[in-house]
Amino acid sequence: MRSYFLNGASVKKEAFIVTEVLRLEKLTKSYGNVPVLKGIDLTVRRGETVCLIGASGSGKSTLLRCVNFLGYPTSGQIFLEGKLIGQETSDRAGNKIMKYRESELSAVRAHVGMVFQQFNLFPHMTAEENVMIAPIKIRGLSKAEARERAAAQLGKVGILDKAKSYPGQLSGGQQQRVAIARALAMEPAIMLFDEATSALDPELVGEVLLAMRQLAQEGTTMLVVTHELGFAYNVAHRVAFLHEGTIHEEGTPEQVLANPTKPRTKDFLRGHTTFRMPEPKL
Amino acid sequence: MVYKWDFNFLLQLGPLLLKGLENTAKLWLVALVCGLAIGMVMGVFRTAPSRLLRAIGTLYVETIRNTPGLVQLIWIFYALPILTGMQSSAWVAASVSLSLYTGAYSAEIYRAGIASVELGQWEAARALGFGYLNQMRYVVLPQALMRMIPAFGNRAIELAKATTLASTIAFADLLYTAKMIAEDQLRPLETYTAVTLIFTAVLLPVSYAVVLLERRLGQKGSVHRD
Repeated sequence: MRSYFLNGASVKKEAFIVTEVLRLEKLTKSYGNVPVLKGIDLTVRRGETVCLIGASGSGKSTLLRCVNFLGYPTSGQIFLEGKLIGQETSDRAGNKIMKYRESELSAVRAHVGMVFQQFNLFPHMTAEENVMIAPIKIRGLSKAEARERAAAQLGKVGILDKAKSYPGQLSGGQQQRVAIARALAMEPAIMLFDEATSALDPELVGEVLLAMRQLAQEGTTMLVVTHELGFAYNVAHRVAFLHEGTIHEEGTPEQVLANPTKPRTKDFLRGHTTFRMPEPKL
Repeated sequence: MVYKWDFNFLLQLGPLLLKGLENTAKLWLVALVCGLAIGMVMGVFRTAPSRLLRAIGTLYVETIRNTPGLVQLIWIFYALPILTGMQSSAWVAASVSLSLYTGAYSAEIYRAGIASVELGQWEAARALGFGYLNQMRYVVLPQALMRMIPAFGNRAIELAKATTLASTIAFADLLYTAKMIAEDQLRPLETYTAVTLIFTAVLLPVSYAVVLLERRLGQKGSVHRD
């Protein structure tokens, strides 16, 4: 994993970022007068997989989209590898707010990998070109270097044989694996998964979850929004249950999924139809 | 009385007509290339996040689209020189005016093409770290262009016909040359019939090529297999 700090990081901070990749502090987000996130505190450490679960509308995806600024937080702060994103200023009423420069956010996004529910592969490029474009245009890699990197990442998700195929020629599961390779090729500090298997036919879910599990086992730092509670139970180091814009319950998978303490969490797990019997622990 | 057709004089004056056709083709090509370039800039403006750029794009498109092409041409040829103090040739006036005219219509094709690209494509590019212009350049425009090609083909055919407007400011295009010949030979029926046939002969293959291109792109550009 490449450090987000390319220069100017103090020694003290370097020591700090060894463990902490992402920290959210009092993050809120409102659409007009409707609050969606009501003060989220969350930390993801290096090598850790954190699953966000919760009902539709609980704010999981909104939270994930705030982390790479596809949506802008209304208030609160985001630290990536110990560095506060944006500049702190005050609004007219004297409240502390964050100001963001688009160029800074582009740099942040390049260090945060995102996998979408709908894959969003570029249909006019082959699988390989999808993976190569950002390393070439943003990281300045040569074509040969980028091709090598693409081959490595496509191999990692088991789809190297489809390198020359266009997205239209691939199944949903294959497309999503290419999308994972595309995000990995930027060597991000953290990978975000936004319901990566929700748009897939049931028989294709497994191959994508398997690829994600492999990544988690290799020590990739991951923040995963999912309805696959079996995956959360088996793979996550920590699980956070979101309810009405707050983290209602957080802990190890055993704590949150097997022995929830809060009534809301219990209700959610009871009503969750896709909760499968836990697969054997690896 | 039965009219006696006689095309013999046209065989002699053929080179003159061909010269007119060549001027028409030149005007068509220049206005098409410049018009598509202007259209790309203005079409991107029309979809830009900046309100100012959108306003500029809209002002341009709506001004041009809501005035007759002939009026624009006459204004640029007869009125503009009063402001600038420089009389442009018929060639320059016709090129500029038809470029602007094509620019406005193709800007709308670009705008619609850009708007047809799914939001997820923008977001995926953005999430990789691309700024707005590079999202447009590497991800959105290439996809949009594929979808725009048939519309550009139709625009090209429209423009070929619109070049005849330039004959009104004495630009020696096919129609103007024909008019000269018709008056000189007192044979308007044969001459203008010949012009009609020439236009058909040139544009019919172009129309057909557009259809073929559309079909080929339709196969290659398909996103989903099922």
